[in-house]
Amino acid sequence: MESALTLDHFLIVSGFLFAIGLAGVLVRRNIIVIFMCLELMLSAANLTLVAFSRFNVHEGQPSYEGHVLLFFIITVAAAEVAVGLAIIVALYRSRETTDVGKLNTMKN
Amino acid sequence: MTFLFFIFAALTLFGGIGVVVNRNPVTSAFSMILSFLGLAALFIQLNAYLVGVLQILVYAGAIMVLFLFIIMLLDIPKAENKRFPVFTLGASVVVVVSFVTLVIAVITKSGVGAAKLPAIEAQKGPGQSDVHQIGELLFSTYWFPVQIVAVLLLVATVGVVVLSKRELK
Repeated sequence: MESALTLDHFLIVSGFLFAIGLAGVLVRRNIIVIFMCLELMLSAANLTLVAFSRFNVHEGQPSYEGHVLLFFIITVAAAEVAVGLAIIVALYRSRETTDVGKLNTMKN
Repeated sequence: MTFLFFIFAALTLFGGIGVVVNRNPVTSAFSMILSFLGLAALFIQLNAYLVGVLQILVYAGAIMVLFLFIIMLLDIPKAENKRFPVFTLGASVVVVVSFVTLVIAVITKSGVGAAKLPAIEAQKGPGQSDVHQIGELLFSTYWFPVQIVAVLLLVATVGVVVLSKRELK
């Protein structure tokens, strides 16, 4: 079945998603929301990877290398979120805030 | 097919906008789950079934539960009541608009994106599914990165336990 979708469609959605994440990182003050926006940017990159691997058809099969890379990215992102949230909790314990405007020194 | 693409792309982008715009972090987290569901649908539309399922299980499931758990644990005051500072808002608008312009310019000028969605052959038998192909790659070509990732997960677990200990010296 011939589809009207082109690589452009997916790349532009991915670009917009990345831009939204970037805007969130720049605008928001809450460190947890900033962290969520980082995950959003990571997901936008994932969409680009899958789109390129799907459009790189070789002998009737898409290239699966992109999917393997994505598997690793998702694993590393899960580890990163766990460690990042632990750091945020430790930070909240010592400072009682999640506002990045108030978290401006490393020492107490 | 195209119709579904636009629905799920809109879902993904509106979820993303919801994360940024909502004042309440819990609402942000739920918008993010919505966004990830749309993204998983886009993955499945790209015939990446395993990745789409992983996106739902790992991102929308595990990671977002972790986020919600931490948000509710910290009991953050309702919202940031202050308006966004004008300077920050202006700077981020400039950065984001220039980024989007750059992406669109690169995509349209290079012509790489004009490719139509190529047909893939019907999968012959169980050995041809994408799960099978990815598994074969993971445990043959990429066996070493799999080991490294296993160590990374162990390190992350130990790190989280150490960070969460109350008496951090």
